[in-house]
Amino acid sequence: MKRFVFFALSALLAFSVWAQETPDAMVKRITDEVLLIVRTDKNLINGDTKRAIELIDQKVLPHFNFQHMTALAVGKDWRKATPEQQQRLTAEFKTLLVRTYSNALTGYKNQTVRYKNFKMNPGATEVTVQTEVLQPGGQPIQLDYSMEKLDKGWKVYDVVVGGISLVTNYRDQFGQEVRANGIDGLIKAIANKNKSLEAGKK
Amino acid sequence: MMKTISKIFGGRLTGFLAAVMLLVSGVAAAGDNPADPYEGFNRAMFGVNEGIDTVIVKPLAKGYDAVAPLPVKASVGNFFGNVSDLFIGVNNGLQGKPGSGASDIGRLLINSTIGIFGLFDVASEMGLEKHNEDFGQTFARWGAGDGGYLVLPIFGPRTVRDSFGLLVDSAVDPVSHIDNIRVRNSATVLRFVDVRASLLPSDKVVEEAALDKYSYVRDAYLQRRRNLIFDGNPPKLED
Repeated sequence: MKRFVFFALSALLAFSVWAQETPDAMVKRITDEVLLIVRTDKNLINGDTKRAIELIDQKVLPHFNFQHMTALAVGKDWRKATPEQQQRLTAEFKTLLVRTYSNALTGYKNQTVRYKNFKMNPGATEVTVQTEVLQPGGQPIQLDYSMEKLDKGWKVYDVVVGGISLVTNYRDQFGQEVRANGIDGLIKAIANKNKSLEAGKK
Repeated sequence: MMKTISKIFGGRLTGFLAAVMLLVSGVAAAGDNPADPYEGFNRAMFGVNEGIDTVIVKPLAKGYDAVAPLPVKASVGNFFGNVSDLFIGVNNGLQGKPGSGASDIGRLLINSTIGIFGLFDVASEMGLEKHNEDFGQTFARWGAGDGGYLVLPIFGPRTVRDSFGLLVDSAVDPVSHIDNIRVRNSATVLRFVDVRASLLPSDKVVEEAALDKYSYVRDAYLQRRRNLIFDGNPPKLED
């Protein structure tokens, strides 16, 4: 019961701040929410990937613009794809990203997040929110979110870990695939990768 | 030229690098990625390194990770981190950042004394941030181009520029100047295994995320280096 009240309250709170929330506040709110769950959820602590994906699906994914992410990962070839191909590409790439990086959550060990000073011009529609993951006995890891303002609020379109963009790091691999086997070949390659990961999980 | 370099930097690593360069110029066939002119050689070497990693290095790192308790691992990391702060400071100075350089030397002094020979990173807790610098980054700041991506045996991903950086890094490395050969070798291996162990958690991510692991690792390395050269704030690239 206590837990329910807590969640209902935080949901209400989240809703009321939704409209005017600045991008850095949004990153902080979601990070805090997710970390709270990660620290307390028994299944997650025991390394349950399915639970991690579920959590990401509910809490994190609504704030991502996967279409933009996919376009960024594909680069120039994106415009050659038909709208239908773009949709399929986005769906497969989303599955791949979610699956691989959900694992990072199950590997959580006492990290904390530090938020760097954030300044934003009043009319800005594109910003970078910079954070740092601190870990005991290790160097801090830079974790930046590139965000854009859409009608539905701020959305993340790139995540950069220690200077490595998880999105543009695919550009060359995707380009290779498109050059060899076309857009459909790329869709198939990502789909196959997803299938093999799914099969390996069992 | 190699002879002069070898006189300055000591023979072994120079010879090793010379052999790599010779091999590269022999096998290299131009790939279609301008950042990776030696792709043929690199892919082959990447495969060899993967083999060495699977059979020797990774099992060692896993064993170390399992056996050593967290405080021990933290101390080992801190100790070698402290040793490296000296030349991190020097490199910051060479890159025209005397403030950062002074902070690094301050870290070295604090951690070597209050931090008990560097076993504890007291300086970080006091707000003196740990930096990441090496001669490869310094050469880049001085305007040297990267010379193309290059996978070295055992050392793994570098660029030609970073390979020359590695040469200088190793020449001045305090660990390589330990007189007692057994201590020197043990320290070198321990540091290597400790670094590899710290990378274990990312293994699975790379394995699962990559369509082509070779390209994934290469592009991650190049992005990471660019980020380090610009101290975490690289200028935005055109999409």
